[in-house]
Amino acid sequence: MIYFDNSATTKPYKEVLDSFMKVSNDYFANPSSLHRFGGQAEKLLTQAREQVARLLNTKPGEIFFTSGGTESNNLAIKGAAFQNRNRGRHIITTKIEHPSVRDAAAQLERDGFEITYLPVDQSGRVSLSAVEQAIRKDTILVSIMHVNNEVGSIQPIKEIGELLKNYPTILFHVDAVQGIGKVPLSITESRIDLCSLSAHKFHGLKGTGVLYIREGVKLTPLFSGGNQERTLRSGTENVAGFVSLAKALRLTMMKSDSGLKAMKQINNLLRTELSKIEGITINTPADDSAPHILNFSLTGIKSETFIHALEQRDVFVSTTSACSSKKKAPSHTLIAMGVAEDLAERAIRLSLSFENTEQEAKKVIKAISDTVNQLGKVMKK
Amino acid sequence: MNYDRILIRYGEISTKGRNRNKFVDKLRKSVRIALSSFPNIKIEASRDRMYVLLNGENGIEIVNKLKNIFGIQSFSPAIKIEKDVEILKQASLELVNSLYQPGQTFKVTAKRSDKTFELNTDETNHAVGGYLLQNIPDLKVDVRNPDINLRVEIRKEAIYLSCETIQGAGGLPVGSSGKALLMLSGGIDSPVAAYQAMRRGVEVEAVHFFSPPFTSERAKEKVIDLCKKLAEISGGSMKLHIVHFTDIQQAIREQVPENYTMTSTRRMMLKITDKIRAKQEGLAIITGENLGQVASQTLESMFAINEVTNTPILRPLISMDKTDIIKIASAIDTLEISNRPYEDCCTIFVPASPKTKPKREKVNQYESYFDFEPLIKEAVEEVETLHIKPDWNSNSEFDELF
Repeated sequence: MIYFDNSATTKPYKEVLDSFMKVSNDYFANPSSLHRFGGQAEKLLTQAREQVARLLNTKPGEIFFTSGGTESNNLAIKGAAFQNRNRGRHIITTKIEHPSVRDAAAQLERDGFEITYLPVDQSGRVSLSAVEQAIRKDTILVSIMHVNNEVGSIQPIKEIGELLKNYPTILFHVDAVQGIGKVPLSITESRIDLCSLSAHKFHGLKGTGVLYIREGVKLTPLFSGGNQERTLRSGTENVAGFVSLAKALRLTMMKSDSGLKAMKQINNLLRTELSKIEGITINTPADDSAPHILNFSLTGIKSETFIHALEQRDVFVSTTSACSSKKKAPSHTLIAMGVAEDLAERAIRLSLSFENTEQEAKKVIKAISDTVNQLGKVMKK
Repeated sequence: MNYDRILIRYGEISTKGRNRNKFVDKLRKSVRIALSSFPNIKIEASRDRMYVLLNGENGIEIVNKLKNIFGIQSFSPAIKIEKDVEILKQASLELVNSLYQPGQTFKVTAKRSDKTFELNTDETNHAVGGYLLQNIPDLKVDVRNPDINLRVEIRKEAIYLSCETIQGAGGLPVGSSGKALLMLSGGIDSPVAAYQAMRRGVEVEAVHFFSPPFTSERAKEKVIDLCKKLAEISGGSMKLHIVHFTDIQQAIREQVPENYTMTSTRRMMLKITDKIRAKQEGLAIITGENLGQVASQTLESMFAINEVTNTPILRPLISMDKTDIIKIASAIDTLEISNRPYEDCCTIFVPASPKTKPKREKVNQYESYFDFEPLIKEAVEEVETLHIKPDWNSNSEFDELF
């Protein structure tokens, strides 16, 4: 099996599963319980928080554990909106965000907020001047993703952060779910107030995530209850999940140090070889794109058919994002980039992890080439 | 152009007359400990300046460490050059060029402690300023509010160039004012009191009263975590003396009328702390007391409690407002730890209506019916002393899980 769908989810590392099992089995107490057993669980939680903070170069008090990227994004956006609604009701985001940002914004729109959805250029990037022009007196939040999940384009987060230094009252949220470990991002140096992460994108477990909240930033919580996570996220903490998240993040950062170069080479190989195949158009921009994502469109072949054909050759890839792949709609991102609708409907995304090899890439190239030949003939008839 | 050293200006040390060498030595020690992770640096200290020679180490990280060291008034990344006018002009140009962005303004501030140098202060300003204006297009002078302030210090041994002055933490070097024992409960105030004392050069050791099962392991861990922060601030390690206090607390409850238990408890704590102080050869006791904050902190209470010792009691927070205390606690990163909601030695056994105006005669009379001395002696003998360092890790049992 060749798994090239790592932007949908990654395989948990064995060490991560081991930690999860051991903590679930040996330290299952509620960290809020007063007894020593509860104290141990609390210590594990604290150590997980400290490790994540160290790896992200933040303070432990700025790390909040959540159930994943979707919750982190919702908490960041709605929490910031509700907290600041008396100061202003204008939010800036982009046309290429993940649905958990886009639809959270859309929900706020129905609640009386105004949303500006910034366009992107042909390479899937938002421009700094567009952000600046969109800023109004009543803007309270800018939410822009780091790496686009569909095509892998990298947004100019550092530059936008630099720009927002002139607007100290505007909060800056970055959905960094796709970029973590693959594209370097300094949270503290990019003037980021809120930053979302999801463990299952870096070989952790589903149902665990992080929201970084800069010290001093206040949000309105989404959940009412036992006031865990310093009142921001009620619900008994998933201690085993968060310990395993901390481990997954450490291992990912470690592999990232040595693995990025090879990943880039594999991506280049895929790009070069696939662009030689007739009927394939590469959508991922050559520059300023993440090393693990390559998106292309097929002429004349439906992407769903193509996925199933590849799966018969034991190769697993995605149409666009896993979240929207079941809806038969063209890719939002590709449409925003100005890709024609028929191509935007026929997009395929390959996404790599540090575990993938050049060997596998060569096999995938051959499988894709053979499939295009085979299906192309059938479709043309 | 890269800075090759950091010039450190002493604060009040410079005014300390004959003791100056001692102060400089203490500061040099603080700097050496704080920068111990940079093996290539060299520290040169003279009577009124200290230099950290970078030798290729990361200047930005070193700057961040220096900001927290007590006894430093201000410091500047600097370049050392030969005492030659042409070299001075050339190096000034390189340095300003490396920082200059179009449209910025500058000024030159020369200081000449070596009066034998061929140019005087004004002439130096003119020579360097003129040269910069000739060679950097669009550069403008603004003597009031310049973007770049080039400082030229002409000293006996060399000229030092710098463009930035970073405020230090002020105060006096740790240990230069002797040792004192801190009564550390776990609340917000006592770590702030420790910080204020450290700022004035006091070497602090902490005493904590532990009363299992009335207070939990978590309360003790909280105190250890606070000591980790304080150890970091004092630039090294910190001793924590843990006193097992359960028996004494129970004896007080049995012997003393309820509204006087609090007064009596504080007196016992102070007696024990004073005995530990004597053993450790400290010269004072520090508390986080704040006038009028709670029943034990009225003047009447202090008068009744303080009776048990004539050791100086330092109360750095005595006249501060709570909001200002909280601000400092937040700045030194102890607030969040202090806010952990565990019972500590101050919150258990609080009577429903403690005396806010206890009388010395009364408390002496109540205590006279029972001999507390053996219990106090035992508590002092069985003190558990921990040497806490910033990286003290009580979590190591879990490390394989991470």
